[in-house]
Order: sequence, then C-alpha cells, then structure tokens
Amino acid sequence: MGKTLFDKVWDQHVVHQVDNGPQILYIDKHLIHEVTSPQAFDELEQRNIPLFRKDQIVATADHNVPTKDQHLPIQDLLSKKQVEMLSKNCQKHNVTLYGLGHPYQGIVHVIAPELGITQPGMTMVCGDSHTSTHGAFGTIAFGIGTSQVAQVFASQCLLMSKPKSMRISVNGKLKKGVLPKDVILYIIAQLGTNSGTGYFVEYAGDVFENMSMEGRMTVCNMSIEMGARGGMIAPDETTYAYVKGREFAPKGEEFDKKVAYWKTLPTDPDASFDKEYNFDASEIEPMVTYGTNPGMGMKITDSIPEKNDVSFEKSLDYMGLKKGEKLLGKPINYVFIGSCTNSRIEDFRIAANYIKGKQKAANVNALIVPGSQQVAKQIKDEGIQEAFEAAGFEIRQSGCSACLGMNEDKIPAGEYCVSTSNRNFEGRQGQGARTILASPLVAVATAIAGKIVDVSQEKEELELV
Amino acid sequence: MEKFKTLTTTAVPLPIENIDTDQIIPARFLKATSKLGFGENLFRDWRYNSDSSVNKDFVLNDTTFGGQILVAGDNFGCGSSREHAAWALADYGFKVIVSSYFADIFKGNALNNGLVPIQVSPEVLKNMLTHIQNDPSAELIVNLEEQYIALKDTDIKESFEIDAYKKMCLINGYDDIDFLVSNKDKIEAFEASRTI
Ligand code: SF4
Repeated sequence: MGKTLFDKVWDQHVVHQVDNGPQILYIDKHLIHEVTSPQAFDELEQRNIPLFRKDQIVATADHNVPTKDQHLPIQDLLSKKQVEMLSKNCQKHNVTLYGLGHPYQGIVHVIAPELGITQPGMTMVCGDSHTSTHGAFGTIAFGIGTSQVAQVFASQCLLMSKPKSMRISVNGKLKKGVLPKDVILYIIAQLGTNSGTGYFVEYAGDVFENMSMEGRMTVCNMSIEMGARGGMIAPDETTYAYVKGREFAPKGEEFDKKVAYWKTLPTDPDASFDKEYNFDASEIEPMVTYGTNPGMGMKITDSIPEKNDVSFEKSLDYMGLKKGEKLLGKPINYVFIGSCTNSRIEDFRIAANYIKGKQKAANVNALIVPGSQQVAKQIKDEGIQEAFEAAGFEIRQSGCSACLGMNEDKIPAGEYCVSTSNRNFEGRQGQGARTILASPLVAVATAIAGKIVDVSQEKEELELV
Repeated sequence: MEKFKTLTTTAVPLPIENIDTDQIIPARFLKATSKLGFGENLFRDWRYNSDSSVNKDFVLNDTTFGGQILVAGDNFGCGSSREHAAWALADYGFKVIVSSYFADIFKGNALNNGLVPIQVSPEVLKNMLTHIQNDPSAELIVNLEEQYIALKDTDIKESFEIDAYKKMCLINGYDDIDFLVSNKDKIEAFEASRTI
C-alpha cells in the first residue's frame, strides 16, 4: 500500500522503535523563544548535560517584546529578564539568536520560513503550539512542551508515538473576498475544536494547490485549533519557488538535489487515511467567531446558533453576546492585524489595497503589527506603511503583540477586538477582552467602517484585492 | 520525577468543557524563568475577580471541595503548548486530572511532570461529577499498575489506557531525557547514515 506525505517524512526520521512503546524521532530544526526555553536550559544545566546539536537550533525573542521603541530597554522588568535570559543562554551555549534589534528578529513562525530555515521533508519543533505553521512546506512541524525542549536540546530527538492520519480536502473555487483564514475558520467551525486530537492533518485539493505559500501557512497555523498536532500540504512548484534563493535555503546543485527528493514526498494515490473529510469551496464565506474557542465560528452574515449547553452559554456570557444575535453591523473599537497567522506581506498587501482612499473610523484603535523585521521593511519599501499612515493607522514593530496578553499590547476588558490572530480564548488578548477572529480583509474593513461589515458585498473593493 | 502507583483522595469537580491552557495559567504569568510557584496563579481569572477579590463561586475557593484529583469537562488542556499549565496544576497539589478528552500536547506535558491524565468515558465522567458534587467527601481511587479508576463505595469503576512506556516511567519515576541520552550512539549512527 502507498504512503502518505506524513508517513514518508516521519519514516525518514525514525531512529529507533522502543519495544512496546514510542519511537525515537529525529528532529532536524529546533526553534526556540524566550518564554518556553529558560526552564529547559535550566534542566540541562542541573543535570550537567551539554547541548547535543547547537547548530540545529535557532532562537528569537517575540512573545514578550514591546512593539514600540524597541531600541529602548524593555519597560516590564519580568519581560526584560526573560528576554535577557534568552540572550544569556544562547550566548553561553553558542546558539544563533535573532534577538531584539536584529534584522531577522520576528515571530518565530514568520522568520523561519522567510529565512529558508523551513524546508520540505524536515521535522521541526518549537515550544509553541503554532509550530504547525511550517507544515505548509510539507514539513512535519509541531509544538512541544518545555520538558521536550530540554529533550531535544539533549538529544536532538523526541519520544513519540506515531499519530493517526486525517485528510481534509477542499475543492472548487473560492468566492471573492474569501481568504485562507476563512477556509481554516470554516473547517474548524465544521469539525470542532477536538476533532483533530491524535491526528496529523494533510490538507489537499485544488483550493490548497492554488494557494500561495503564505496562505498555506495561515491554514496550517490553525491546525492546532482543531486539536491536531500539525497540518501539512504537499510541496509543489509553489513551494520550491518560495524556498529558492532564501538565506538558508540550499543553493545550486544542492537545491536541485533537494527538489528531486521533495518531488517524491506527496501522498501516493493508493495511500489511505484514518479519517477523511471533503468540503466544497463554494460553500465558504467570510467568517467570524462569536465565542471563546476557535470552533465557535460562523459565516459573517449568520446569527449565533441556539444551543442549550452550559459551556456554550458561559462562553456567550463572557462575550456579552446572545443566542440568535447577528454580528454584522456590530460596532467595534479595536482591530488587530498581526500574529503568526496573518502578519506576512500578503496580508498587509490585501489590507493596504482595501484602504486606498479611505480613512480609519474614529472610534477604532487599530494595531497593525508585522510579523518580522523583514516584513516591516517590505511594508516600508512597498509604500504600504505610507498607505496605512495616510488612512490614519499606525504600524508597529514586529512581535506577537496583542495575540496574547503577555506584552504591553492588550485589549481592555469588555471591549471587542476583531483580530487576525488564532485564539479567542477568555482573556487571551488581555483580561476581559472579547476576541472576534477573522481574516485580514474583514479586520481592515472593520477598522474602516467602525463596525463589522460583509466584505463579500463590496464588489468594487474586492476587484482590488 | 516522583513515583506514582496508587492514589486515594477526594476530588475537585470542574464540569466545564474545552478548558484551555490560557485559563489554566494566563499568559501574563508566563514570565517566570523557573518552574516553581505557578500554583498560585492556577485558574487565576476564574479564581479572582477583576478587582483581585476572591471569586467565591469558583470551586477552588469553595472549601467543601478539596483533594489531589481534578475532575474536569471534555477536551481539557486545549490551546497553547505551555507546560506552565501542567506545572501550575502540579504545584497547586493535583496529581491526577480526569476528563473525557485531553488535548495531545497537554497530555504529554502532564506526563512529563508526573501529573497523570486519565481519560474516562463521557458517561462515567458525568456520573463521577454528579456524585462528587452531591458528596464532596466521596473518594476516588486511582490504581496505575492495574489501570483503573473507581469511586469508592460505589460501582463506578473504569479501566483507562496509558502508553506502556509512560506507565513504566511514572511507576519508576524515570523521564524521557534519561532514556534519550542513553540512546546517543543510536542517534549518532542515524545521523551518519542519512543521505538526504
Ligand atoms: S503570534 Fe500568537 S500564536 Fe503566534 S507565536 Fe506569537 S503568541 Fe503564539
């Protein structure tokens, strides 16, 4: 029987099968950041174990960093300490660090692909659940806990049982105004937040085949929101073209050799999956979430479902919303465009095209945060920053920002925020903050209108994006 | 890691579904650089009101309930991979979490910290919760060697699954690092054999 993309990459990395137990899986690349690494470095030191393969580790500071005045010392002393600890640990153990102020600094899941660190056929881990992002390249990439960070430090391996496989196919033509973010929000709303637990997902079908690399990253990024450890998309010409020429990508003959190998990776026609789902692209519309988990999503024109369930009601209560209520037309005071889901150049290009000739609504506080220093530079070079500024927006410096209430960028209690990030959990964007997840297009349209609007009705604007 | 074989204790009921790790330990408390003290902020935003006063309605603040087992609703531990969630639960004093479903990463993190996640059927979970809510002195028995969980003096009993390797680790107090480091020669041989 044939093998899936996942099988092929996994099998290539199995070092050893433990009798009656897990496998030892080799990890090609290990990304680290300031929040989930200090205790792992500590663990090694306490046990007197050296780093096994320091050259396969790349570090950056992203979760805790301010997005304003990054040249000045970090104000929050605990954040400052954590970021300094990362620098100290990296220096001591000789690990490459793209820290604050470095031209390569940024959100860990934005910088690794843009630097060509992420490549098809690899295994990659990071102490961060959205490591699933890198699966867009046909990479087995997943988030790990801090104990596992220490394990990879010590052995470049993890003990893992092979997960089950799931294929999600979406075929057909997407409507205008429907972005990759809507596709994944739709899938999660259909399947639920724990449908993927125990599985690794492959996204297949012409919708993903026709999608840009950045769109694929948005989709794979949110695999974890349905409980899956990761998601993958088969590498193809789009993938090779994206990787080619990037800083750490293989060059010349080496690159051609790799491409020849990458071409062998896609799932064989006779391979089978433990679970399969099929969706029709024409069913998908711009999406918003109304609750406190990413599975509580609906078409932007729909009403909140009627469901009698304690957890459901608790969630609506937190959101200050009612069953049967529509979100369309709801006034919104906060908009966040950023995070490892949607902070790449394409996201900002779409937003910039939409705002041409318009002004931000006076009631809206908008945070526009590029995912990396390189994206920030692109935004400047392409005139996007100017377009935003002319429309009354402010562009910040790179980092996780308001995606999680850990740095200075927070949404005040009780306020609604239309956000391009990936989690709408209680308090995720700050204590009491109410998050509505959406695509960058819905987010920017909200910032302009000061309320939630149905972008798919704006025919003229959509011609531009 | 501490060894784990059996445990008999009262339990704390928390019948909420999809409890994510942002609820277990909010991001603003992840700034510490050691593993200690997270128990203080376990379920912080449910335990305390926004003015920092104690939320009397939350079960951890209800002195009728206590014990080393947390019995929670479906899909426990979803969301962020932060191991701080497992540290917070363990630091608070929990040794076992019972639910009808666990998120993958949380499950692994819990096991790596000697915190045992036990998955039971939705019916058994419901029965257990009802029982405990009606009688806070009801005790749960966890037997890891024989892989069952039971509610003392009732016929509620169910066996649970656990990876044989993980079970061995818990019973002996071993962890994965020791095992991986002891396999260094195999790992080096693997590296040397790679052609791609
Ligand atoms: S942007 Fe948000 S989801 Fe992504 S790594 Fe940062 S905190 Fe995590």
